[in-house]
This record gives sequence, C-alpha cells and structure tokens, in this order.
Amino acid sequence: MDDDVILNEVATRVVPMIHVFGIYIIVHGHLSPGGGFAGGTVIGIGMVLFVLVFGIRAARRLIPEDTLIALTTLGPLWYAGTGLVGMALGHQFLANANAGLPLGNPGALLSGGLIPVITLGVGASVALTVAVLFLVIVEED
Amino acid sequence: MSRAALVIFTVVLVSGMMGVIAYALPEFGAPDAPNRNEVFERYVLDTVKDTGAVNSVTAVVFDYRAFDTLGEATVLFTAAAATASVLSHRRRDRGA
Repeated sequence: MDDDVILNEVATRVVPMIHVFGIYIIVHGHLSPGGGFAGGTVIGIGMVLFVLVFGIRAARRLIPEDTLIALTTLGPLWYAGTGLVGMALGHQFLANANAGLPLGNPGALLSGGLIPVITLGVGASVALTVAVLFLVIVEED
Repeated sequence: MSRAALVIFTVVLVSGMMGVIAYALPEFGAPDAPNRNEVFERYVLDTVKDTGAVNSVTAVVFDYRAFDTLGEATVLFTAAAATASVLSHRRRDRGA
C-alpha cells in the first residue's frame, strides 16, 4: 500500500479538497442544503480516506488518538457554551433572535445570529466522531 | 395452516393494507393536505424574520429546535466516547 504511487498521488490531492468541501458545507449551513451534520460527515470521511491510504501510523503521527478523543469533547461543549450566551443576555438557553443577537443580512455568510456558530461545533463534533469511531475500530496492519 | 401459507397471508394482508392507506393519502403537494397547517405556515413564512437564516431546514434544526439538536450531538459524542473506552488499542495493549 505504501508504495502505490497512483493511490498516494490521488489521495494527496483529493483529501484536502474533501476537507475544504466539508468546511464549505458547514460554513454555508444556513444558506444552502447541508449543515453541521452533513459537512462534518464529509470531513470525517476525508480523514478515513487518509487513514486508508497512508496507514494508521501516519495518522497517529499527525494527531495522536488520545488528542483526537479529547478534541471530540469540544464539539458538544462548544454547542452548550453557545447556548449559555443567550442565558448571559437574560433569556432562555440557546436563545438566538429573542436574546437580541444581530441576525445580519439574510443570505449573507455572517447571518442568522448563533446558527453558524452552533453549526461549527456540530460539524467538528460529527467529523471527530466519525474519525474516532474509525480509528478505534480499525485494526493495526 | 402451514408456515409458508401463514407468511404469504401476512405479507398479502400487510401490503394490501398499506396499498389501501397509500391510496387514501392526499396527493403530494396538494394545497388542502392536512400537513399544510399553521406550523407549516409559520416555518415557511417567518423563518427569515425569526432567525435570519435562508435555509429553513437549518433554521428549524439549529434555532427552533436547537435544544433537541444539542441532544443529538450528545448522542454522537456518547457513541464515540463509549466506543473509544471499550475498544481503545492502548487499553488492550496494557491489559495483555
């Protein structure tokens, strides 16, 4: 596997594109079909492709498994912390427009108040969950 | 009644019932369908005003029903945490 030139070259070019596309889906979640869950899955699948082509040792050199598992906790924490913003402003948990947050220009990239912020957390959570599930289950070669 | 006859009878009965029910459903996108109620109107007409998001699906998932989605994200995290704690290679090496 390690000396398969075509596979290595194709994956070297495709994996970054998959990740950029996943980030695009997450960031445009409130404007176009997609969002945190879909974009996070795309990024996670990009990580899975990386592991399949370059091997699990290369992936562990890049990010140790423990770091990945620890980072997975950041997604739900980010989401819950976003909810606390509404409470800090004196409204319900996860309040958005009710708490007086700026909604921006509908259709602009930075619009929708807390929606893009929440979507980022969900995307990171889903991507890392897919990667952790794969990395933990996959066998050493 | 033999087992095969019972299976065939059940399949025919259930699929026949589903066929009748599907025939009784309102036409897809019919203007007088029962799902076109005040909830439908609220989400379609007021999403942009309420949330500032153009995509009303995202507006429902991450704004109107944001607390529910927090639960979904927690379920995902729980799945990852449980799998990692049970199947981690490091733990297996240490235990061996």
